[in-house]
Amino acid sequence: MSTETIEGSAVVAQAAAPALIHPVWVRITHWINAIAMLVMIGSGWQIYNASPLFPFVFPGTITLGGWLAGGIMWHLAAMWVVVVNGLVYVTLGIVTGRFRRKLLPIWPSQVVADVRAALTFRLAHDDLSAYNAVQKLLYLGVILAGIVIVLSGLSIWKPVQFQELTALFGGYDFARYVHFTAMAAIVAFLVVHIALALLVPKSLRAMVTGR
Amino acid sequence: MSRSRKLIPGVDARLLIKDAAKLMPNPARRAFLRGAASLGALAVLGGCDIIDGDTAESVLRKISHFNDGAQALLFNRTKLAPTFPESAVTKPFPFNAYYSEDEAPDVNGDDWKLEVGGLVDNKKKWTLAELNALPQERQITRHVCVEGWSAIGDWTGIPLHDFLKRIGADTRAKYVWFQCAEGYSSTIDMPTALHPQTQLSLKFANKTLPRAYGFPMKCRIPTKLGFKNPKYITAMYVQNNDAGGYWENQGYNWFSGL
Repeated sequence: MSTETIEGSAVVAQAAAPALIHPVWVRITHWINAIAMLVMIGSGWQIYNASPLFPFVFPGTITLGGWLAGGIMWHLAAMWVVVVNGLVYVTLGIVTGRFRRKLLPIWPSQVVADVRAALTFRLAHDDLSAYNAVQKLLYLGVILAGIVIVLSGLSIWKPVQFQELTALFGGYDFARYVHFTAMAAIVAFLVVHIALALLVPKSLRAMVTGR
Repeated sequence: MSRSRKLIPGVDARLLIKDAAKLMPNPARRAFLRGAASLGALAVLGGCDIIDGDTAESVLRKISHFNDGAQALLFNRTKLAPTFPESAVTKPFPFNAYYSEDEAPDVNGDDWKLEVGGLVDNKKKWTLAELNALPQERQITRHVCVEGWSAIGDWTGIPLHDFLKRIGADTRAKYVWFQCAEGYSSTIDMPTALHPQTQLSLKFANKTLPRAYGFPMKCRIPTKLGFKNPKYITAMYVQNNDAGGYWENQGYNWFSGL
């Protein structure tokens, strides 16, 4: 009798627990990346200010490192974290099939429909485990921007040793613009990403607890 | 408006001077992490006192040292820096230092002698005329500044590996240390010193090296950032201890390879 009750409640508990949305490797790499990206962006702005590509500089209060040497120290320290963590994330994303399941396929017609729904605040968020077409596009886009920013960064850091890569990015000077553009794309993504996470708090919770 | 004449595309002359000033050793910047109320610092250190500025700086310096090793491994002795046609040379090639152009050393080439020391067989001093008589090579390569801008220059000089051989240097030594007329200094690793494109430059654009670019002699190293290309050289030592350098000692990465 008693065992039956225990078994019964165990079944109920299992059924009641929401499905795992984000496995632990996604959550760990997500938050490591979040911190490392903030360091990379803040120190990158510091480095940018030493020789601006455009007629503006970033306010000193939102840059990291205090001066150019400090900015470079942070940037070339955090780069290891970004690269190693990014490789783990991308490898597991491919090997476990998560990227294929979650991010593909993306149909243009779906993107248009979902953008329209989002702009009229009618986009559903009931099922956090399934991404809509706009999310798929943004997540895939930011992964691509991440790859571009790492490769263009390498080509700026080592324009002699990796000169073939630098040439691929249009030479040293052009590679700086590519690196900056990829940063701008990532920052634009972050603005939308963080705004939406705050608008839909359960998505933030899911990235912490997994459910 | 005319004051902000462009020296090179994307680089404002006034900004360049401002940058040089920004690079100046400033006591306030010693606390470069403590004082930085920044995005990253807030994210990493927010609400915790476990990591203070000094700890963070010492960790960062250790990682920078680790990066020296990583770059030494990446460095390929036979990989040449890309070269360019004469038409690609940046005109005018920018003057850049932590002082203004009129404060640059004004070396008298008739009195000047290159001092050679450390682990070398022949410690004789070299006059400019003697150096000019040695076989020279010309290279048109990209100068990349730690600030991010770059410019293409046209240098002619004695390949450093030739000169090291000529003076009987022990090339198993780890470093070559350069001292300069204004008190500047820099140390480079031996593999870089032996790289085919590392040269003791005596000419720019096929004419005697102008004062702005380091008369009488500059060490041109196209595999290193600009600040590791010392100008106004007065002495060169081959040695096993790292004597550091002007910017290196202030926190710029020691290897700074390209």
